[in-house]
Amino acid sequence: MAEVKLLGFWASPFSDRVIWALKLKGVNYEYVEEDPHNKTQLLLQHNPVHKKVPVLIHGGKSIPESSIILEYIEETWPQNPLLPQDAYQRAMARFWIKFGEEKMATICAVFRTAGVEQEKAIEEATKLLKIIEEQGLGDKMFFGGDGIGLVDIAFGWLAYLYEVVEKVSAVKVLDADTFPQLHAWIQNLKEVPVIKENLPDHQKLVGHLKRRREIHLALLNCHN
Amino acid sequence: MSKQELLLLDCGVSPFCGRVRIALAEKGVEYESKEENVLGAKSELLLSSNPVYKKVPVLLHNGKPLCESSIIVQYIDDAWPSPPLLPTSPYERVQARFWGDFIEKKVFDGGSKIWKSKGEEIEVAKKEFIETLKQLEGTLGDKDFFGGENFGFVDILLIPLTTWFYAYEKFGDFKVEEECPKFSTWVKRCKQRENVVKALPEPEMVYEVVLMLRKMHGVE
Repeated sequence: MAEVKLLGFWASPFSDRVIWALKLKGVNYEYVEEDPHNKTQLLLQHNPVHKKVPVLIHGGKSIPESSIILEYIEETWPQNPLLPQDAYQRAMARFWIKFGEEKMATICAVFRTAGVEQEKAIEEATKLLKIIEEQGLGDKMFFGGDGIGLVDIAFGWLAYLYEVVEKVSAVKVLDADTFPQLHAWIQNLKEVPVIKENLPDHQKLVGHLKRRREIHLALLNCHN
Repeated sequence: MSKQELLLLDCGVSPFCGRVRIALAEKGVEYESKEENVLGAKSELLLSSNPVYKKVPVLLHNGKPLCESSIIVQYIDDAWPSPPLLPTSPYERVQARFWGDFIEKKVFDGGSKIWKSKGEEIEVAKKEFIETLKQLEGTLGDKDFFGGENFGFVDILLIPLTTWFYAYEKFGDFKVEEECPKFSTWVKRCKQRENVVKALPEPEMVYEVVLMLRKMHGVE
């Protein structure tokens, strides 16, 4: 069995989703913590184009970009399938994974803004979360149906990271009244053992994002 | 399979639609096509089939809509496995998806910056665009196609975008052939394929569309 190594960052939701997928498949791996502000030669060697985590290294071969890593994990370790067998359902799963990636920055813009700009950011985030809830999740327990799949893993950051984003930004966007289905999904996702046991420390994340927000606000003030 | 089971909501100059036309042709699959006027009012069918993005291409297979061109191409490969567009080995598939993702992020938006810019910004946009093509040249290497000997997924995602290069060249005052000769050779190789030639618009026609878009964006 070729060696599996994951270069990750503890606070990165992109790293977390790879950890969840590997654990759901029962794949043993070595985790290497990378500091985004002090990138190692190992990282630069294995992801020369984007220079980012996560990177999966399997038998010496480098696989960057979390959505690509997830597809690779699914194909290489077919046990406990995380994508549907049906081609159409698979295409729908890929659609929502792509949508989530494209819109993540906008949904989290509340974190980088203040005042009027932040109010606009709340509106935009609300619209996008509504689309995800109504058209992505619908009446299902999980995006994957009765059990979790790659789409749940890809949206997992909404279940634990977003509440920290809201807290340090002093806003509430994803509330239970406005988003009853998403809220239920969050509670269900957090009960899945692999997810529950593999979340970053909440307080540590609050501290980390508080510092990041201070930097963003300072930059905003510089430009005014 | 009867033609009615596959309907493509299409647009001649859209390189994203071009990808789907080529993929379907490679698989020898017949389909109906409905031309959408993307600069005007969007049809009810388009709005109801793609409520999230409201864009072409949309492929309706037995009435079920598929959106986002790179996802549609993967679906076509899944639903009609022969000839394969993605490689068979998981690691080669990683390579194909990686460069497909790179192309999605860099090529069309990078080129758009050239015709949307004014003054000194054009030069900056042009340099970045050429850098992107050089990176693609690097990964192509001495291979005939991005996947190796056979025309496949990455080629299909990229070749339609090249129909917009003539417009970028005009506004950026450069020639892709001079800056990236290997890339140009690959383009010519793809254009020897009947499925590619039939599926793609003439660059001069795309240029006319870009002129219109520039007026709409207030660049003129």
